[in-house]
Amino acid sequence: MTVEGTAQRKNARGSSKRTTAKKATPAKKASSAKTGTAGRPEQAEQDQLVQLLTPEGKRVEHPDYSIDLSPEELRGLYRDMVLTRQFDAEATTLQRQGELGLWASLLGQEAAQIGSGRALRDDDYVFPTYREHGVAWCRGVDPTNLLGMFRGVNHGGWDPNSNNFHLYTIVIGSQTLHATGYAMGVQKDGSDSAVIAYFGDGASSQGDVAESFTFSAVYNAPVVFFCQNNQWAISEPTEKQTRVPLYQRARGFGFPGVRVDGNDVLACLAVTKAALERARTGQGPMLIEAFTYRMGAHTTSDDPTRYRADEERAAWEAKDPIQRLRVYLQSEGLVDEAFLASIEEESVALGKRVREAVRAMPDPDHMAIFENVYADGHALVDEERAQFAAYQASFADADASAEGN
Amino acid sequence: MAVFEKITIAKAINESLRASMEADPKVLVMGEDVGKLGGVFRVTDGLQKDFGEDRVIDTPLAESGIVGTAIGLALRGYRPVVEIQFDGFVFPAYDQIVTQLAKMHARALGKVKVPVVIRIPYAGGIGAVEHHSESPEALFAHVAGLKIVSPSNSSDAYWMLQQAIAGDDPVIYFEPKRRYHDKSRLDTESIPDPLHKARVVQNGSDLTLAAYGPMVKVCLDVAKVAAEEGKSVEVVDLRSLSPIDFDTVQSSVQKTGRLVVVHEAPVFFGSGAEIAARITERCFYQLEAPVLRVGGFHSPYPPSRLEDEYLPGLDRVLDAVDRALAY
Repeated sequence: MTVEGTAQRKNARGSSKRTTAKKATPAKKASSAKTGTAGRPEQAEQDQLVQLLTPEGKRVEHPDYSIDLSPEELRGLYRDMVLTRQFDAEATTLQRQGELGLWASLLGQEAAQIGSGRALRDDDYVFPTYREHGVAWCRGVDPTNLLGMFRGVNHGGWDPNSNNFHLYTIVIGSQTLHATGYAMGVQKDGSDSAVIAYFGDGASSQGDVAESFTFSAVYNAPVVFFCQNNQWAISEPTEKQTRVPLYQRARGFGFPGVRVDGNDVLACLAVTKAALERARTGQGPMLIEAFTYRMGAHTTSDDPTRYRADEERAAWEAKDPIQRLRVYLQSEGLVDEAFLASIEEESVALGKRVREAVRAMPDPDHMAIFENVYADGHALVDEERAQFAAYQASFADADASAEGN
Repeated sequence: MAVFEKITIAKAINESLRASMEADPKVLVMGEDVGKLGGVFRVTDGLQKDFGEDRVIDTPLAESGIVGTAIGLALRGYRPVVEIQFDGFVFPAYDQIVTQLAKMHARALGKVKVPVVIRIPYAGGIGAVEHHSESPEALFAHVAGLKIVSPSNSSDAYWMLQQAIAGDDPVIYFEPKRRYHDKSRLDTESIPDPLHKARVVQNGSDLTLAAYGPMVKVCLDVAKVAAEEGKSVEVVDLRSLSPIDFDTVQSSVQKTGRLVVVHEAPVFFGSGAEIAARITERCFYQLEAPVLRVGGFHSPYPPSRLEDEYLPGLDRVLDAVDRALAY
């Protein structure tokens, strides 16, 4: 799927009844929450999504979170999202072509990732899951670096400290504890950096996530928990993970939680900035639930037609994060055709670069199996390395004589 | 800097932590009850008072959280020394240890280091309730990326912990809890052996006993009794289980021709199996008998009234010695 194609479909839906109907949902929810929690108006308020840009591309204000971006910054967010989506689509294609073993698409989650990613300072530290391609982009990690593990040439391999972006973590939720520990270290150093831990709705059920909430609250660690609730943990909907809105979990641990429209890049940016600021100023952790949708399959090995309806996906298409920003930028006269064309051009070039880089990515040397198992070495690894090298070398004579023939 | 003619293993570990914390401000001690209480075995006694709550950290009661946050602290440049209160309580942290701690250096192609030391009081013999007497070392030795050591005396306890803390790899340091109060000599100015070197602690010529941690003392006692019966038993204190110093065991077995491996952990798939296989490979023509193993049974660790039967003691090890010598 191309960026252009998606954008066109969104355009077609922009004024449909379905979009209007969907728009009514948050308001309805809020009013019922009000009646349900009489005397606790703050609860009703919290049940609403923090939103600064509607699905129709209309700029709205929120009492607690505001943002004032320059036209250049706004265009930058658009560019980030378009290029991230393009990279993601390219990776999916490369998997279909057999160049990658697997790909976990971020399609639909661009605003959550770019918004939160652009809220970070260079000295902040990110602990991602395996789907944070947009955050990696914001951190300046070369997109081609993300593909090594999906091609099977390494398990990550980039230097986490060069961009303050930790390796992808596949065991669900484990990284939230690493983020918390790292934040405890930041605090001990007396630094005003902050740490952000990404995880999903499925991970919210993991004990490690609960333990990270406990530790961060007890030590008042400067960490932001950024949960992308994309509604699906492979085939299991969020209601299989929780009986309360996820952001409300934070309250029980003693820190604030907020639900933000995860398809609204401005709201994600504003809320994450505020949470990071809290962390920097010694006010402790905060949970952000970015309410979004996994438009694609869990990974290229998944088949969502077995467990979810097309209508649901279609409804979320009307809330597309890129389209709404584009409509806003156009309506404000902040972009022109030349700009859009230049992004499209950049997008095509990125796709080409990624394709070429992946196809040229060499398999690692056999002996890489034995490298970096230990920092200070290990006698057994040394022994096995030597044995394997000798075994490999034993074919040298055979190869040589075969060549001779 | 001192010579302790008689110091307990527990106190030697305390001195070791103290020396490490004095030498490197990045060394942290963390775990349940390690602060004011000084740990349930008092191993960290007085450390919080002297180094502060910022460096001797009482943690929430969550083992995965302890190890997981220690990994994060290590990534930030700290050297956390984590205490797991009892052997049987390490399993909530098993995932963090196996899937995260052990692999992180390799996953980053060497670009990050995670020098976390995990101290675990282990093994039985103290009349404890369930989950307080386990010997899970093989479950960790099987995992690449981890180093596993276990001291048997005060001097090793002191030096090996400091070496583990100073190294850049994750190390699990198994403390023989029933020997915590055994006293032996410690010279804090001596030059220690390398961390992963085994040591011949009793010379002999008829048979080699290989053991580590709490079983070294049992094997030394066996050697004494055997000597009275005219049998010359050599005892090797392995000290390290990952890596294992097979060269030292091999030299011994090439001399004696017989090997019995002794550990508290269940024999089945235990460290003795690995040692038997490797030594059989290395010493096939010198072996006069198959390598025998003495250890725990394939049963849950029994109620404490039965632990003397379950644990390898003088008689069970002597029986194995006799069987090996009978070939």
